[in-house]
This record gives sequence, C-alpha cells and structure tokens, in this order.
Amino acid sequence: MLEKIMFYLGFPFVQHALIAGVLIAMCAALLGVILVLKRFSYIGDGLSHVAFGGLAMATVLKLSDHNLLIMPVTIIAAILLLRFGSNGKLHGDAALAIFSVSALAVGYLLMNVFSSSANISGDVCTTLFGSTSILTLTIREVWICIIMSAVTLIMFCLFYHRIFTVTFDENFAQASGVRIRLYQTLIAIMIAIIIVLAMNLVGSLLITALMVFPALSAMQILKSFRGTLIYAACISMVGAGVGILISMVASTPVGATIVIFDLVVFLIHVGIGKVWRA
Amino acid sequence: MYIRCNNLLVGYNGAPVTGKLSFEIKEGDYLCVVGMNGAGKSTLMKTLLSLQEPIGGEISLGEGLKRFEIGYLPQQSDHQKDFPATVWEVVLSGTIGMHRGFFYKKDQKDLAMAKLQELGIAHLKGKSYRSLSGGQQQRVLLARALCATQKILLLDEPVTGLDPRAMQQLYRILDELHQKGITVIMITHDLNAISHATHVLHLDARKPFFGTQDAYYQSKQWKLFQEWEQGEASAC
Repeated sequence: MLEKIMFYLGFPFVQHALIAGVLIAMCAALLGVILVLKRFSYIGDGLSHVAFGGLAMATVLKLSDHNLLIMPVTIIAAILLLRFGSNGKLHGDAALAIFSVSALAVGYLLMNVFSSSANISGDVCTTLFGSTSILTLTIREVWICIIMSAVTLIMFCLFYHRIFTVTFDENFAQASGVRIRLYQTLIAIMIAIIIVLAMNLVGSLLITALMVFPALSAMQILKSFRGTLIYAACISMVGAGVGILISMVASTPVGATIVIFDLVVFLIHVGIGKVWRA
Repeated sequence: MYIRCNNLLVGYNGAPVTGKLSFEIKEGDYLCVVGMNGAGKSTLMKTLLSLQEPIGGEISLGEGLKRFEIGYLPQQSDHQKDFPATVWEVVLSGTIGMHRGFFYKKDQKDLAMAKLQELGIAHLKGKSYRSLSGGQQQRVLLARALCATQKILLLDEPVTGLDPRAMQQLYRILDELHQKGITVIMITHDLNAISHATHVLHLDARKPFFGTQDAYYQSKQWKLFQEWEQGEASAC
C-alpha cells in the first residue's frame, strides 16, 4: 500500500495534482467559512453552475485557454448575485435559481449541439464531476493555483479583522466606516476565482461541498473565528490530499472521493460537538 | 447639539415611510424612539447612521461628533446565533474605525479591555459568543458599541427577547452610562423604557411627536402607544 503510494508520488503529474488540489482546498475552505456564516452557501452553488455554462461556451468556441472566458463570466455572476442578494428586489434564492438553472441548461445545450467530440456524455460528466482533469494539469495551471492561493492567504491575513467585522455584523461595520461594498465585491471575486479553479479538482457539481463541509466541521467544535478559519483550512487540505491518494490507489473518481471523505470528517465532528456540549 | 434633523424624510427607493421629522439631540439626552411597526423606526436609525441617504430634509452633526462616531447596537440577526467568535473578537471589532491599519494596535486592545471591565464581563473574554445568554450577548454588543464611541449610543430594540431580569439589568447599565455623560438614542417597543428617557420621538405618518418625557406623558400619542402595546400584549 505504502509502496504503491510512493510509486505514484514519483510521477510529476501526481505531484502537480496534489499541490494544486491541496491549495485549492485550502482557499475553498477559507472562503467557505464566510459563505456559511453569511448564509451565502447558495452563492457557491449557483456560481459553480455558471462556471459550467462558461466552460461549455469556451469548449464550443474552441478557445485555447478556457479560463479566459470562464473567469470573467463567473466573476460577473458573483458580483451580480451578491448585489441581488442584498438589495431585496429579487431575492437571493430566486436570483440563484434563475442563474444556475439557465447556466446549466445553456451549457448542456451548447455542448450537445456544437460539440465535435464523439463522447458528449463523457465530456459533460467530466465537467460536472471532475474525474480526471486534476491529473492532466499543465505546469501553467499549477502555477495559477499557487499564485491564487498565495493571494487568498495574503488577503485573509491583511484584511482579517475587517473580514471578521463585516462577516459578523455588516450594519455595525458600515456604521463604523468600513466600506463593506468593497469587501463584499472582493470576496465575491475571490470566490468566483476559486470556484473556477476548483472545477478541475472536484467538478462543478461538487464544489459547494469543498467550501461548505470544512467550515461546518470546524464550527462544530471551535469557538473562535480565527480558530475556525485555520482549522477549516487544515482539514480541507488533509481531505484533498488523502482523497486524491485514495482515489489513485482505489481507482475511484477524485472529486467524489474527496467530498465523501469531507462528509465523513463532518459527521465525526458533529458527533464530537454533541458529546462536548452534552 | 449632537444631531439636528430638519424636515427629515426617510424611506426606501425614493418613497418616504415617515412624515417630515424635525428634532434635535443634545449632549446628555436620553431619547426613546417609539412607533408602530412600519412607522419607520429602523429606517430612521439607518439614516442617522449614514447607512442610507435621507430622501428629503437634512441631518447636521455638531459639537465635534463625526460621521462614524456613533456606537451602534443592532438587533441580533439570525446568523449570529451559531457564529463561532469569542467575546474578545467581537468587542475588539468595535474599535475597527479608530485606525486605518491592518492590525489592532495597543490602544485598541486597551480600550476593548476597559469596556469589558466597565460592563462587568471581563471574565467572559475567552468565552464563545454563541454560548452566552441573551442578556450577556447584549452586554457584549454594548461593549462593542462603546468601543466605537465616546459620545453617543444608538440602540435598536435592545430588550427584545430578553427575560425581565436581563431587561432590568440592561436599563440599569444604560442609566449608568447616561449618568456618565453618554447620550443614548433607543428604538423600543417597551413602555417601561420611556420612564428612563429625557426625550421621546413618536413616529407616526400623520402626527409625529417630539418633546420631553413630561410633555409626552400628556400627549395623545402616549395614549395611543399604551393602547397599542396593551393590544399587542393581549393578542399574545
């Protein structure tokens, strides 16, 4: 078993997958804490569907770099969703339903009608559930993951106190002179970017799990915001690393393996939390 | 004069929810803002906090009161009930407006500690906010609000959901702060709150009232408010 893992670790593509997977998982968990606490989990879900639509469009247009189209589309959708969610004319969940369902439908239609590939359902399945794309990352994509994680980490360190104030109590933050629109937009953009990157790892349908499970697990047992952030990031990284290795050894799909691992971790934490509080 | 409002109209999307309001808040006042649901109490508060723009009229600030120097105690929102945060993290966040820097400086930490001690909750410092009782949570939020201001507190329905003992405690704390020279503005549903106030603003689309506590006890609006509150109580 160990020998098998060591053998796999010798391949550069496995190393790349591990580096990118662990880093994306860390960012997703950090941003996921904010999403869960602000009751914005639905935004993560909606954006992942938008990203799927973007990917389908990029495939049809035969762009050499899909991210050039997916990134801007998802970022714009993120900003719009946050705006709709906060001004009350169109409620967040209704806005989400419109966005995500339309994006899924348009995406699938485009892929079906215009795709030149012989295996359409295979393509769609890969996009939705991730399957092997994490193992075929180029060096450039790995570097994008490294840079984006560094940016996310730096942002969380520098703006930590403002992020806490805005997340805990928007009105109070605004009344204290914090420009909350700026932080909301910044967070929306970061979430959009991480979701697009995470599509490679777990596929667009499972991204929400990557963001939400570690945050929820951490919240079961920790009482401080700082602790919750750090712990969520750590278990998410462990989950991604272990999930990728298990999926190679057991030849299971990467995305689903990571998500199920995270689910098990979450259930364990719920148990621990119950015992502690009792 | 801390705040003077002249023919102020507040509302959403260009539609006013109140009549024209003219009132002033002086240093050392204790103002209760009352009115039925939908009379525009929360909208007025948001406007005073510069969270939204007035629709008409004007608000002027005086005596060195700056725009973001009002200590705000909002209504508790749902998402705070399971928010993982220590009391210290919450109270310290009240000082966020003091400096532009990324990290908290020593004077901010000292201030937060002083406010914890002032409100008698220093022993809760490391506790989790969500594990506290309603009364303790209100005190933590009050400490946070006091970190943001030396002068004026704005409280939005602070006793809602508190048991009678916690309610009395909160009123006592507010009286003490008021005696120390802090100006208090409180939005409230509670008839008993009026007895602590020096001034009352009764919001009503047709006949708003603003005046001293004594004048309010003589007014028609006071009768209305009592009847309405009793109606509410008997409806429950």
